[in-house]
Amino acid sequence: MTLLKKSAAEFAAMLAAGDVTSVELTQACLDRIAAVDGAVHSFLYVDAEGALAQAAASDARRAAGTPASELDGVPIAVKDVLATQGLPTTCGSKILEGWIPPYDATVVARLKAAGLPILGKTNMDEFAMGSSTEHSAYGPTHNPWDLDRIPGGSGGGSAAAVAAFEAPLAIGTDTGGSIRQPGAVTGTVGLKPTYGGISRYGLVAMANSLDQVGPVTRTVLDSALLHEVIGGHDPLDSTSIDQPLPALVAAARDGASGDLSGLRVGVIAELRGEGYQAGVQQRFDEAVALLVGAGAEVVEVSCPSFAHALAAYYLIMPSEASSNLARFDAMRYGLRVVPDGDPSAEDVMRATRDAGFGDEVKRRIILGTYALSSGYYDAYYGQAQKVRTLISQDFAAAFDLADVLVSPTAPTTAFRIGEKLDDPLAMYLNDVATIPANLAGIPGISIPAGLAPEDGLPVGFQVLAPALADDRLYRVGAALEALLEKQWGAPLLSQAPELTPAVEPVETSGGAA
Amino acid sequence: MPEISRDEVRHLADLARIELDDAELDHLAPQLSVILESIASIAGVAAADIPPTSHALPLTNVYRDDVVVPCLTAEQALSGAPASEQQRFSVPRILGDEQ
Repeated sequence: MTLLKKSAAEFAAMLAAGDVTSVELTQACLDRIAAVDGAVHSFLYVDAEGALAQAAASDARRAAGTPASELDGVPIAVKDVLATQGLPTTCGSKILEGWIPPYDATVVARLKAAGLPILGKTNMDEFAMGSSTEHSAYGPTHNPWDLDRIPGGSGGGSAAAVAAFEAPLAIGTDTGGSIRQPGAVTGTVGLKPTYGGISRYGLVAMANSLDQVGPVTRTVLDSALLHEVIGGHDPLDSTSIDQPLPALVAAARDGASGDLSGLRVGVIAELRGEGYQAGVQQRFDEAVALLVGAGAEVVEVSCPSFAHALAAYYLIMPSEASSNLARFDAMRYGLRVVPDGDPSAEDVMRATRDAGFGDEVKRRIILGTYALSSGYYDAYYGQAQKVRTLISQDFAAAFDLADVLVSPTAPTTAFRIGEKLDDPLAMYLNDVATIPANLAGIPGISIPAGLAPEDGLPVGFQVLAPALADDRLYRVGAALEALLEKQWGAPLLSQAPELTPAVEPVETSGGAA
Repeated sequence: MPEISRDEVRHLADLARIELDDAELDHLAPQLSVILESIASIAGVAAADIPPTSHALPLTNVYRDDVVVPCLTAEQALSGAPASEQQRFSVPRILGDEQ
């Protein structure tokens, strides 16, 4: 267990020095998954055999002196929304139960090329629609800090997997906060890159103008290392940015010195106050003070159009989702439900989509269908697209005054499982601070800022940078991480309660908590 | 934003090819009304001269050279199909009763 608490960067160094083999490391992760995943339920599928085979191949490369990358041999978990050739890919939905993709997403292909053994696929809200992972058709994931609470969403499985030390690294996707908000509530690091910075080829789309793949890790440096493996131009994604990534690992190493002299930090006035839990605000304010102590100059910036970001998001995202999910028609892949009698193809589609989609997916498809209807299109969808412009203009004005912008990542700490499940509006408010970055396509990171005094649960600190300046997130994130850990004496996760291993290893899910 | 009625939800679900039974309509229609009410504030926020943004970063059409590259085999493409026949997707009858 002590071994598993190390960072991916430390594992990489140990593998390079021959202090551990990838097979040992991968087996340790698999043992940990067997011991605690019955309670946490991070994984929808564990590929022990495949991961160990990849680990053995990695050890052979290391022995031959030809590692494929710095992270060669460091195991990773992949969110179940990315296509993995030969491994089930369900997107947390019954409509794709048992589907085995015939191809790899570009991100997955790059992980394999870099030699990272893939441990399995992680749980998520169905088609990434949610902020709690409760909308998974396969049961919720539990927060390792308190098993009665949500791990955030939609990527709760990936965040919980790294928080529970089941995997040192994971892949997430972020459409409105699905990497950053789970990072915040599990005390881990989550980064959404600039839109187009990482290929979406093989990512099952929810809202393709907002979706972005990104790293889920325990440290800022690990995030940069993983980002450099999976990022960069992909000709298979026409929205992929055709230019080199900035030097991300170098920025993280540079930031770890803790010196931020000359950096201008903008505190977003609209993302604080009412609706923000006291302990969240307190830890945020303390972190800002630390940045000042490190030499940063802090200014307040105003982004008045953020007041309409949530509304714009809940028009644009369902509109794109309703169109994207039309592909689940029971004809080419996935579930097919055939009603009695002599049903037509449309009857089969209707019955299949009713049986295969959960409530939240149905809500969003219907909402999107409504927003795109003639007569409403201009008033709602058209307006939402204009608000998107206003939000980008707010960001542009703010970035004239500051190099990075900061806010709490989520307004509250992790809430209890079931608390907001049937109150969609309350659920949507969790993403109020993360959504503006998706609408504007800019990068954002969440790093742990401490525990809220009132409930002892993790708080996330969000840093936002202009498009293509992802390196700034790594510099500032690594600096703040170093300053905070100096105060704490250890990473925040060392304060998480120990999970009690199951007496009998649990093979499949079941909400054993 | 007008309130969304149960019948409208039924119609929208029909457009989206989702069969909703009465219990589901009772459950979802009021929730959708609440959501729509909360996003109604967006109407009239932006002036007429504000251009819409469809993608965060400017997009241009991307073309590749017209060269043959490997792709899925027919077997791979059909591997997830609920039913297939003679290297084709096999589907139920496509004409409805009214046609």
